[in-house]
Amino acid sequence: MIDLLSYGAFFLSVALTYAIISLGLNVQWGQTGLFNVGIAGFVAVGAYVSALLTTPATADHLGGFGLPVAAGWLGAAVATGFVTFLVGALTIRLRSDYLAIATFGAAVAIHLCILNLQSVTGGPFGIGFIPRAFAGLADRPVAFSLANLALLAAVVLALYLALEHLARSPWGRVLRAIREDEPAALALGKSAVRFRLQAFALGGAIMGLAGATQAHFIGYIAPDNYQPILTFQVWAMLIVGGSGNNRGAILGAVVVWGIWALSASAVAGLFPAEQQARAASLQIVMIGLALCAILLWRPRGILGEARIMSRHVLRAAPTATPPPSTKSET
Amino acid sequence: MRSRHGSMQASAREGGLVIEAADLVKAFGGLRAVDGMSLSLARGEMVALIGPNGAGKTTMFNLIAGSLQPDAGSIHVGGVDVRGEGPERRIGRGVGRTFQIPRPFADMSVLENVLAGAQGQLGERMWMNFLAPGRVAAQEKAAVDKARDLLAFVTLDRLALEPARVLSGGQRKLLELARILMADPQVILLDEPAAGVNPVLLELLIDRIVALNGAGKTILLIEHNMDMVARLCSRAVVMASGRLLAEGPPAEIARDPAVIAAYLGDVA
Ligand SMILES: Nc1ncnc2c1ncn2[C@@H]1O[C@H](COP(=O)(O)OP(=O)(O)OP(=O)(O)O)[C@@H](O)[C@H]1O
Ligand SMILES: [Mg+2]
Repeated sequence: MIDLLSYGAFFLSVALTYAIISLGLNVQWGQTGLFNVGIAGFVAVGAYVSALLTTPATADHLGGFGLPVAAGWLGAAVATGFVTFLVGALTIRLRSDYLAIATFGAAVAIHLCILNLQSVTGGPFGIGFIPRAFAGLADRPVAFSLANLALLAAVVLALYLALEHLARSPWGRVLRAIREDEPAALALGKSAVRFRLQAFALGGAIMGLAGATQAHFIGYIAPDNYQPILTFQVWAMLIVGGSGNNRGAILGAVVVWGIWALSASAVAGLFPAEQQARAASLQIVMIGLALCAILLWRPRGILGEARIMSRHVLRAAPTATPPPSTKSET
Repeated sequence: MRSRHGSMQASAREGGLVIEAADLVKAFGGLRAVDGMSLSLARGEMVALIGPNGAGKTTMFNLIAGSLQPDAGSIHVGGVDVRGEGPERRIGRGVGRTFQIPRPFADMSVLENVLAGAQGQLGERMWMNFLAPGRVAAQEKAAVDKARDLLAFVTLDRLALEPARVLSGGQRKLLELARILMADPQVILLDEPAAGVNPVLLELLIDRIVALNGAGKTILLIEHNMDMVARLCSRAVVMASGRLLAEGPPAEIARDPAVIAAYLGDVA
């Protein structure tokens, strides 16, 4: 029972860190239509920045500033937002297929950097002893995992509320206008480049925050955590949950992470030890199959795209004549 | 009419031209859609740009509005050279345009389509939605009121909360007008505003355009309906094959043999 509780908390905590990345992708793709195939790279930046800011001083690599975890998370979001902004400033004018290639290239470059800048990142050995939140509870495993889960749930909730607030704001309305008809939005004075760049950087900052939460949850990071497979997983999450829907982004993360975890135990159960490394690639196949099945069942994801209206419009609605499609309640 | 034309040129010398497009050229591959065309608008004028299909009128609009960059020639707005500036900067210079084929934001509500035309909204700056939510809300509320008034004018208020996708062709033209009026431009470029609008509404539309002009807006409109041109405009500019064919009061233009020939497809 205790085991189940701990495992449940662990599973959900990891899923929620993915939900944060997925929320970031939803800002970029779901709301703005920016095709980012370099997610892993941006997550890595956040993870490494936070690790360097918060780990104790060491001779192995740069950093070890020993700052509090919260400072690491904030620093990760800001730094990754900045890196994403720079990548975006160079590439956001490109057509979407070229943007995909450019972001993929950025992720590869970031991966190579963390692998080779050994004096900064610890190279292939990664960075360990990343301080964990609620370390004081470490001797009570259940309380420790529940506290971590609660923290991550609070982060996801706060992020969800903030992103919904933005989606229903005039800023979100401009993003939608640009996505629907760019020439018309330009004629109304909305700078498509500026708004896209903002959305891209915001999404990147959220991914960086996610990287930091993952790093502090696991306590150890290495370059191999940030391979293209991570990008693939997050895309699957957003598509499964419903692109353009913040709730869908969160739900998709939990569902796909569930499939991933289940397939991992299936592989462990079905294959002899010496073949398991190879059989692990079956997990990717399983995700692919699940993706196909869900898209056949619900082509726009489980929750589909949310129809969003500015909150001010809705607030103003009661004073107005009701739209003809709603029956008047007489 | 002559006298008005004369006074326009006088004000040109005083720098009263709000739009001054000179010797514009725009080619698509081998086709010179606009081929050395010039056009000026004095402040407060209402001018028609007419000509046969394919004459280059819409292309001329796109050049003035910045959606296309000219291959040659110059464009000044309020005396400022705007060559190289993107279309999103025009509204800041007071120039708004509608599209011949309406471009509503189809999945957004009709009301939000109009709201998207609002300028200088604090809430369009991302951080302001968190830093000053009260001011954003107050500004939005004012914008919603204004947008509803505009929708009432174009008789679309009943459909305010429906997605723009459901609008008919004529209603989409009216939405285009409401949306650009939301931005309060000083110069309005209207590309066939009356196309597909029913006769009753057309009268209303004409009234409104007259009222806008009376309120000091400079208006350039592309229109095939010569009756409407004659009722609205003091001056008509005729284009054919990308060039200026004739210019003058609509009544004279309508009798010009070269213009008649161009409309019959026999371009001299
Ligand atoms: N983007 C484009 N690419 C290629 N050719 C174009 C483009 N835009 C316009 N043209 C061509 O330029 C010419 C002028 O087109 P334009 O739309 O300016 O005509 P118009 O005077 O507005 O005609 P109408 O009265 O039918 O609206 C046409 O022959 C058209 O095919
Ligand atoms: Mg045209």
